[in-house]
Amino acid sequence: MTDLAPSLTRRPLAHASLVVGGVLTLLLLLAAALSLVWTPWPVYELDIPNKLQLPSTAHWFGTDSLGRDVLSELLAGARTSIIVGVIAVGIGVILGTALGLLAAARRGWLEELVMRFSDFAFAFPAILSAIMLSALLGPGIVTSIVAIGIFNVPIFARLTRAQAKAVWAREFTLAARAAGKGSFRITLEHVLPNILSVIVVQSTIQFATAILAEAALSYLGLGTQPPQPSWGRMLNEAQLQLLQAPRLAIFPGLAIALSVLGLNLLGDGLRDLLDPRLARRR
Amino acid sequence: MPYFLLKRAATFLATLVAASILIFLVLEILPGNPARVILGPDAPESAVEALAHKLGADRPPLDRYLDWIGGLLEGDLGTSYAYGTPVGEIVGERLAVSLPLAILAMALTAALALSAGVFAAARHDTAGDFGVMALSQLGIAVPSFWLAILLILFFAVELRWVSAGGFPGWSAGFWTAIKALILPAVALAAVQAAILARITRSAVLEVSREDFVRTARAKGLSKGKTLRRHVLRNAMIPIVTVMGLQFANLIAGAIVVENVFYLPGLGRLMFQSIANRDIAVIRDVVMLLAGMVVLVNFAVDLLYAAIDPRLRAEDA
Repeated sequence: MTDLAPSLTRRPLAHASLVVGGVLTLLLLLAAALSLVWTPWPVYELDIPNKLQLPSTAHWFGTDSLGRDVLSELLAGARTSIIVGVIAVGIGVILGTALGLLAAARRGWLEELVMRFSDFAFAFPAILSAIMLSALLGPGIVTSIVAIGIFNVPIFARLTRAQAKAVWAREFTLAARAAGKGSFRITLEHVLPNILSVIVVQSTIQFATAILAEAALSYLGLGTQPPQPSWGRMLNEAQLQLLQAPRLAIFPGLAIALSVLGLNLLGDGLRDLLDPRLARRR
Repeated sequence: MPYFLLKRAATFLATLVAASILIFLVLEILPGNPARVILGPDAPESAVEALAHKLGADRPPLDRYLDWIGGLLEGDLGTSYAYGTPVGEIVGERLAVSLPLAILAMALTAALALSAGVFAAARHDTAGDFGVMALSQLGIAVPSFWLAILLILFFAVELRWVSAGGFPGWSAGFWTAIKALILPAVALAAVQAAILARITRSAVLEVSREDFVRTARAKGLSKGKTLRRHVLRNAMIPIVTVMGLQFANLIAGAIVVENVFYLPGLGRLMFQSIANRDIAVIRDVVMLLAGMVVLVNFAVDLLYAAIDPRLRAEDA
């Protein structure tokens, strides 16, 4: 009874995170989807005579220094964030989870090797990798995807290994082994399904980190290149107009912050829902 | 103890060597001839050959790698193609901006996060706790470079209290120089502090539930003394771990924030070097930054042992 009371009081909070996070994430997805079929104005169309217009009924968020419609750029920018996020997190999930599962199943020197690789990869934050890759490949969206993807691999590898080791220590994997199943089959049939929820939760959080990293790289000019719209690049251009049109620096930053907030809240809410033990500990 | 130290030191050195090999491969070998990278695809072959000879790029890769490492160990970082001066000199000048910025940001992070985290934990499940958690959730979501732009907008453009960017140099006086670093440090620290405050709160809450804390309170120790003597010391392990990991984020953040404020630090140098295709500078600065991240994590490992003697015993 004593344990139930706090979990009941915290349950609505977990649901609030889930709902607010879910709504914000849905808005991000809708903005990206909408930009595929419709934007108020053509995203790439320059209209110099109408540059730096204040918000109006024609241009809800005004226009930028080249006369482009800010709302249209924001909608299309959501698409860029999602593309980079999905592919970069996908690279991290696929490679990182595979390495983590392998380390947990094989143990010994292989596990040590995977863990040392993870330690080593932590020495290169996404921006350092992107700087090196820019020197190699030149700046661009591919550079940011690869850099953020590489950064995600050790995060998923460590998480998967730790979770998978705990599953390997359970009785049902021992029973599966006694029934003659090999490591590969046990990993696929027992270990992976049991750790999937943790990977899903971490993916949501890493997605948020990927959006932040993409924006930072594009702000520096290492990520998405013009005329491709990107929230980070919009901020870079806005900084040059800080005296004439400070509002240009507000909208893209808000879009990034709300998307990241939404994904983080969604991750928190999902974690509380999928693993009530963690919710009680927090 | 010596075994523990030896194992950690061996991992530290191996990571540094692996990082140097990777950096050398990515920046010196994979792009092909570094002289061609510097001069661009349209440069005549004779010019490329001449520059390759001048840079020593026509020698075998292993010789070049060993020369680079040997130079690093002796403090000779080579010569910048764009500036024509020793890289060590340029890096030294830029470190005089980046290092104080990182220290200031880390100090701000620790001060903000520890006080907010302990405050929230002490008021667990109250409005104060909820407020700190909501604020930290917002802090994590705000990109440091956007916060930097907002700080410029408010304190430089609106209030005109500080300049919008640039660095007057240490010769202009200690406080004048520090003043130029405050806004960048706040922009960097806000995000890191938001993360660390949550960790501090959880760690303090976790330890507060331990039996020894209840015993200390039952023996009549005041709430404040119990917190300082028993709770905080035991909560430091996760806090120090995250601080170590945050150092890498801080370095990454500094690269961006230095560019927002036009601070002549390592981040800005690296960015300019990409534009100039100055491979020697990029190579050395990336190595320096990666080395700093590895060194800080090594120091954190050692600090664990100082905080918690059980970890030393486990390793022995």
